[in-house]
Amino acid sequence: MSQFFQIQDIGAITPELELVAFGMFLLIFDLLIPDKRKLGLIALAGIAISSLFLFRLRNTDFAAYGGVLALDPFSIFFKFIFLIAAALSIAISLKYLDIERENHGEYYALILFATMGMMFMAGAVDLVTLYIGLETMAIATYVLVGFLRSNQRSNEASMKYFLLGAFSSGILLYGMSLLYGLSGSTRFVVIAEELSRRPLTDPISMVAMITLSAGMFFKVAAVPFHQWTPDAYEGAPTSITAFMSVAVKAASFAMMVRIFMVAIYPLRPQWVPIMAAVSVMTMTIGNIAAITQSNVKRMLAYSSISHAGYILIGFIAGNETGLTAVPLYLFIYTFTNLGAWAVVVALRRKDVIGEQIDDMAGLFFRHPSGAVLMLIFLLSLAGIPPTAGFIGKYYLFAAAIQTGHNTLAVIAVLNAAISIYFYFRIVVAMFMREATEKTGLVYAPGLTMTLAIATLFTLLIGVYPDPFIAMARQTVIHGF
Amino acid sequence: MDYFREHILTIVAFWPLAGMIVLMLFNKENKTLIRWWANFVMIVGFVISIPLWVWFDRDNADQMQFVQNIPWIQTLGANYHVGIDGISLLLVMLTTLLGPLAVLSSWEAIHDRVKEYYFFMLMLQAGMLGVFISLDFFLFYVFWEVMLVPMYFIIGVWGGPRKLYAAIKFFLYTLFGSVLLLLGILALYFIYPSLAVQHPEVASRFGTGSTFDVLAFQAVASYLPFSYQYWIFLAFFVGFAIKVPMFPFHTWLPDAHVEAPTAGSVILAAVLLKMGTYGFLRFSLPILPDGTKYFVPFMIGLSIIAIIYGALVAMMQPDMKKLVAYSSVSHMGFVTLGMFALNPNGLNGSIIQQINHGISTGALFLIVGIIYERRHTREIAQLGGLSNVMPMYSVVFLIMTLSSIGLPLLNGFIGEFTIIMGALQQNLWFAVAAGSGIVLGAAYMLWLYQRTMLGKIENPANEKLIDMNLRELATLVPLIIVAFWIGLYPAPFFRVLDKPVNNLVLKVRPDYFQGAQRLNAEIREPR
Repeated sequence: MSQFFQIQDIGAITPELELVAFGMFLLIFDLLIPDKRKLGLIALAGIAISSLFLFRLRNTDFAAYGGVLALDPFSIFFKFIFLIAAALSIAISLKYLDIERENHGEYYALILFATMGMMFMAGAVDLVTLYIGLETMAIATYVLVGFLRSNQRSNEASMKYFLLGAFSSGILLYGMSLLYGLSGSTRFVVIAEELSRRPLTDPISMVAMITLSAGMFFKVAAVPFHQWTPDAYEGAPTSITAFMSVAVKAASFAMMVRIFMVAIYPLRPQWVPIMAAVSVMTMTIGNIAAITQSNVKRMLAYSSISHAGYILIGFIAGNETGLTAVPLYLFIYTFTNLGAWAVVVALRRKDVIGEQIDDMAGLFFRHPSGAVLMLIFLLSLAGIPPTAGFIGKYYLFAAAIQTGHNTLAVIAVLNAAISIYFYFRIVVAMFMREATEKTGLVYAPGLTMTLAIATLFTLLIGVYPDPFIAMARQTVIHGF
Repeated sequence: MDYFREHILTIVAFWPLAGMIVLMLFNKENKTLIRWWANFVMIVGFVISIPLWVWFDRDNADQMQFVQNIPWIQTLGANYHVGIDGISLLLVMLTTLLGPLAVLSSWEAIHDRVKEYYFFMLMLQAGMLGVFISLDFFLFYVFWEVMLVPMYFIIGVWGGPRKLYAAIKFFLYTLFGSVLLLLGILALYFIYPSLAVQHPEVASRFGTGSTFDVLAFQAVASYLPFSYQYWIFLAFFVGFAIKVPMFPFHTWLPDAHVEAPTAGSVILAAVLLKMGTYGFLRFSLPILPDGTKYFVPFMIGLSIIAIIYGALVAMMQPDMKKLVAYSSVSHMGFVTLGMFALNPNGLNGSIIQQINHGISTGALFLIVGIIYERRHTREIAQLGGLSNVMPMYSVVFLIMTLSSIGLPLLNGFIGEFTIIMGALQQNLWFAVAAGSGIVLGAAYMLWLYQRTMLGKIENPANEKLIDMNLRELATLVPLIIVAFWIGLYPAPFFRVLDKPVNNLVLKVRPDYFQGAQRLNAEIREPR
């Protein structure tokens, strides 16, 4: 075994260290700078510098700290997703927090800390490292969800999210402790070796697998552990909902890939049927529940549940196509979903909450560009070409067909077709109903930037996905 | 010129899209400019498609021509591969002809949100052309889905009272079909490399890598195991049958047709439905020959039900537009009947009938639209005796009625006659069923004509109606000309079709012509 700590290992976590430093500085600057939007800009600068550090590490592939933290293409790809998601979420927050009258410096610091936690999650190949990353992310997010202190919904959401999150972390930890008990190690590779020596039906491995899966399903909001999602997404500040729906989700899936495809990979014959059932339930219930929602935030929350169901197909397929599909889908989903949420944020004006579908009525007449962009994002969420969402869905369905999961593929595509029904309820409101009020939207610069970037990537990946597919494929060629 | 010739398909398909982008720059209040521009773009679109008809090499009509093949998504093996043979040539020409007429017919009918309307019409035109020229399944699927969105908006924004219901129904139905189609495509995509490896003659032409190339799929068709063909045929069937629409997937059609604005109905009937039948011709038949043969009785059964059921329902409709919509179901039944007779006559007739249906049903929707603009009703009971006040209109209506019921000298006769010949070669009863469909067709169309056009004017609201103006006439004259052209001298059309159709028959039934020759020899020299 290599020496536990080597000096070059510091280099492996420079992007994370840099984020922490900026987060700390932000807390101090908060006392000195009265214009809180400047703090947001500092946070953006921090993310930019962190991305530069990460970019310098782009070609590395080794496990640091005696093999507990991997710096491989997989983790680097996901870290970029987190940084992009954090940057865009901060950009849409700048004006939004002013409107909510809750612009405080620690908001940006918390986002940076959460992002740092996610980056450790994506790199962790060891249970303890993973758990610390997870909790760093989760605790920061609990606070962020309840950030609208004077708003009852936000408080309630935070409390629910916290209780259920803590509960699921407990379950997860229970599974982890069993794995440690079985193998005497917290490393994924050692755990996998030990599990493969045991019979497939070994009761202890079974319990470990089931508790671990339950904890994971909580984190990615898969049915039947999805109940917290609509409440948390609805109550949280919209910018944080956007952040959670892409970054937290991506981090949880990154963690899932490492656990399921490495640590408990020997139990694959056992967990595939469970996951298939969960995937089908998640897609179907997410979509059906979304149909009846009249609140856009809740609808998008249920839609994000169903998207988690699609992504699980990648695990079930488990081959190169499937594992390419997971990061690719999450990458695409980051831009598409952040774009959709950005439009919802834009609807929040003084005295107008702008969350109901009715608030979108006639948006096209008041603000054509907002409506058209929303249409593009919704088409992408529904997976209609030539938007990026189609490429993501294509890859998942292809993985299912390639590995012979035909029934699953049929259920998935039918769900994709159903989803158009509720996405288009928003389209109907925007384009085919009379405007109820005359006030237009005012785009803040940060919001405009987010919308521009999200639209650009949603269309670019849809029309010319080649380089992005290549990047996503790069992440799985090594390792899994 | 050479550049134009080499890239003609791309130019024809993307020209409306270019026009659409320019349109976005116009001020939305300047409605006249927008109308002129959209019409200009569409007419130029037709003009630049004429060289296709002129330059098309008829001696090699079964070969793909004007081909362009450029790598697109290399990680997937999807290419920008376009080209046309005789079958797609006719459908492309139909599309470029109907596009300008539909746009011209909207001049006065569309007052609200003019800019968006023409925006979506141009987008739709590009999507439909893309479908007919794609030789790469991935590209095809992208175009196939892309055109759903503009059509959804055209029905949903400019449609009738139940437009929202009709629009989402259209979208959902088609989407359900197309996602299953996608799974079928994926299944082919994944099995292709393993088949190509075993068969060097395929591998040498198309390689053994993953591909979406339709021609490559056609080349391995005969090696595709039946179990695959069975399931892929079903997946394709749902996708295409919803579009055609075949019974029992037809229920979206009356809603969409009735609620859509006139131009939407015209495009829907004349071109969009052909995408389904084209899908069968280009993909199901040549790629899945065994699957096709296995399902022939099923397909023919559904076709015959569609012919008779569509006709009977059409007869009972109190609304002109709904009547024409159900007549579409019946006519598309003829098209699929001819197609699944799987012999040269049936297929020739089937394709000619697709063009005919585009011409005559497109024209009938225009005719209904003209009266609707004047009276704001389509109820047959409200009309009657219109020939007294609108003589020119009644003549055009009569021509198109006769074309629709298949009177000799007009286009409908050629198509229906050839289809019945094809059906007769297969089974006498198929032909009898088809014949009864023609009789019913004549009944409902002539009855419609009698109730709306003939007799005395009884409703005072009809007394002051004005006859067609020049613009309205201009939308119909080209269709009348083509109707007579096909009716009187169909040879140019059959010349374009003969080779690809024979090729298609050979792909589905490799021994068909040997068998036919033997049969002919036996007839001449009875043993």
